[in-house]
Amino acid sequence: MVAFTLNGRAAAVELPEAVPLLAALRGPLGLSGPRYGCGAERCGACMVLVENRPAYACTLPLGAAAGKAVRTVEGLGGPEAPHPLQTAFLAEQAGQCGYCLSGILVSAAALLEANPAPDEAAVRAALEPHLCRCGSHNRILRAVLRAAAAMREGRGGAP
Amino acid sequence: MNLAYHMATGGGGDDRPRLPGSLHLNRRLGQWLRFHAEGRVTIRPGKVELGQGILTALAQIAAEELDVALARVAVAPAATPDSPNEAVTSGSLSVQECGMALRHACAAARAIHLSVAAQRTGVPIEAIRVEDGAFLGPRGEAVGSYWAQADEALLDCEAPPDARPKPAAARRVAGTSAPRLDLPDKVFGAARFVHDLRLPGMLHARVVRPPSRGARLLAVGEGALPGDARLVRDGSFLAVLAAEEHVAEAAAARLAARATWEERDTLPEEAALADWLRTAPAEEGVVAERGEAPPALAHRVRAAFLRPYLAHASLAPSCAVARWEGEALEVWTHSQGIYNLRTDLSKTLRLPPERITVRHREGAGCYGHNGADDVALDAALAARAAPGRPVRLLWSRADELAWAPLSPATLVEVEAGLDAAGSLASWRMEIAGNGHSSRPGRAQEPTLLAASHLAEPFAVPPAINPPLAAGGGAQRNAVPLYRVPHLRIGLRRITEMPLRTSALRGLGALVNVWAIESVMDGLAALAGADPLEFRLRHLDDPRAAEVLRRACAMAGWAGRARAEGTGMGLGLARYKGSGAWCAVVAEIAAEAAVRATRLWIAADVGEAINPDGVANQIEGGAIHATSIALKEAVRFDRRRVTTESWESYPILRFSEVPAVEVHLVPRPEEPPLGAGEAALGPTIAAIAAAIHDALGVRPRALPFTPEAIAAA
Repeated sequence: MVAFTLNGRAAAVELPEAVPLLAALRGPLGLSGPRYGCGAERCGACMVLVENRPAYACTLPLGAAAGKAVRTVEGLGGPEAPHPLQTAFLAEQAGQCGYCLSGILVSAAALLEANPAPDEAAVRAALEPHLCRCGSHNRILRAVLRAAAAMREGRGGAP
Repeated sequence: MNLAYHMATGGGGDDRPRLPGSLHLNRRLGQWLRFHAEGRVTIRPGKVELGQGILTALAQIAAEELDVALARVAVAPAATPDSPNEAVTSGSLSVQECGMALRHACAAARAIHLSVAAQRTGVPIEAIRVEDGAFLGPRGEAVGSYWAQADEALLDCEAPPDARPKPAAARRVAGTSAPRLDLPDKVFGAARFVHDLRLPGMLHARVVRPPSRGARLLAVGEGALPGDARLVRDGSFLAVLAAEEHVAEAAAARLAARATWEERDTLPEEAALADWLRTAPAEEGVVAERGEAPPALAHRVRAAFLRPYLAHASLAPSCAVARWEGEALEVWTHSQGIYNLRTDLSKTLRLPPERITVRHREGAGCYGHNGADDVALDAALAARAAPGRPVRLLWSRADELAWAPLSPATLVEVEAGLDAAGSLASWRMEIAGNGHSSRPGRAQEPTLLAASHLAEPFAVPPAINPPLAAGGGAQRNAVPLYRVPHLRIGLRRITEMPLRTSALRGLGALVNVWAIESVMDGLAALAGADPLEFRLRHLDDPRAAEVLRRACAMAGWAGRARAEGTGMGLGLARYKGSGAWCAVVAEIAAEAAVRATRLWIAADVGEAINPDGVANQIEGGAIHATSIALKEAVRFDRRRVTTESWESYPILRFSEVPAVEVHLVPRPEEPPLGAGEAALGPTIAAIAAAIHDALGVRPRALPFTPEAIAAA
């Protein structure tokens, strides 16, 4: 049994500690946001926040999350109360197939929590671990900068 | 590659009144749309969402012609046997084939509903207007609605040929940048992809792939598997099943270590790829030929262009869910063509097609024929061992990069020349490579990967090139759009297929447009002309000239300054010769490697149903092409594809993405053309030209790495 906090709530999973966190999130915990892309920390589709830092759920052993706070894209916000990033991604129509977005959104959230006023280069650097194959990069960069501005001005419905 | 393919290969030739797009072959109105009493309408396109935003554009078309709010339009996922059979979602043809069918069908449905309301109330039909689905008489009185008449079998009829969609000037929804219907789910992490499907009692499966091409499974060593995992074997097809995904994953790894394979060399020598392309057994053909060779040429350019095999490199490994109930099979898939997949599943499993239901669910972007169809067969084979249980099979990253169909390596050799006046006089071009389509459902034998691995295997049919009338494959965009009196384009379709090849976004246009534009630049230099001016001089197509002028104006082409280590180049094409026009100006910086810094793009897609969606597709295509131009190549030894990770098959990352500016030429009165593939060829061409501008060499092999440029 591994227990941790998932999106602000207590969660416990009966899985071996060596199993990747992603298997627990998508399996018994029933989430769909964190996605499998490569299993090797090379695409960022599985990215989640562990203690507010981006972590590859595809390789992080479940045991390493014990007692920690894990956040996924579902924890940023939902349709009723979207995170400013989610609002900005919709406003910029920043996506095509969307498979990369869950990971990109949580990395962007970590960036804005650490640096509320990033420039474009800082956003690019924060998103460098993430692949987007559809070519939505420029829209994604604009959306993150838009969300940052909204959050600095106290707009956008923080979670 | 779709309905166009069907028509060009002899389908659809009949005496029935011609109906627009796919409506011609799927004529019953009720198959396309249905009204519901609670105030909604469901449309049922046969084309599918691949991340390109097509469902939103189709819903806009329906909302427009019906005069209902966009929010009332629901889009049903495509499924056999009820969805219209629109063959494959490909070729940038979904708006033409599906959108125009829906436009006509909705206009017809509206007219039928209004005529019923008119008959019933005595209000003349021309006096009735529709406001968000409600029918209003001349004094604003309600005379009916789609919703009140929803239960009646009004649409259980063939589409009349005389439906009259709205004129362009009357459109209010089509032509606007409505937000994507699918994007909210994707920013909230909702379960929208086939990968997210969770059915009661579902098992997880993995394939243990052969270690190399042509490998044969000799034996699987005895031994326990983790947990409840069990093995499924049919010849050289080996898979594992387990209740939990991580157990299936561990079991596959353990089984792989225990399997003994017989391997042999089947692949050409990578270092001698151009020789193989020139000499491998092939079917020779002529794509186009006109005019007489001129007796003398004042200037001549001869050049060869080599492109490697390319991977689709979808961000998600392919996935499918399958369930057998007795002799019936149900499959959930991100295939681009549910009926075509059903045909090949039927052949491979020796099961009548009526016993197979294929349901589309979204996957990650596929950019052409990736592993989507193959994984559906894998899932069906694995699920056969667990009757009644749904089985979800997910490919590995290595499978997706190395075992999905690849876009074929190609050699293009050009010899072109100018007359004494500096005008194009002669153009000869030879294209050599494997075909660009192994799509399911078209050949005698199934083309699905595992079909050739079974105990009773099917031969792998060599990939074909669809006819030029359907857009072509290797010969796509082989005919220059410039005026030239003498022209001959030859094509060698290689008939042995060491690496399975099929359609990737752009098909032959990727190399052909690059080759043509590079030679045009070379000829312009010999003529002492500016590349823009030289092209305009040879263009008879005003829409081509307009996008070219526009892109150059955006980039400041005329007054461009030369800075050390930077360069600017342009590229132009009309996709497939019949699709969208697109011109690209690229700016690059030649550092340790070439970096694309800016792209200016002008495109003419005719009527744009959703201009922001079109811009997104054009920009996405240009960034995809930048990645292909600078980074991508499938590598292999004599037995196996060795690029099976993102490290060995790198694609463009955030730090490398150029700034992109897109301008769409507004053409609301013109027929709509697809947007997804138009930018790729011109972008590669523009980057190649910019490299020449910066470094003085014309690259002759993709990708344009420092080594390739040094060898040019």
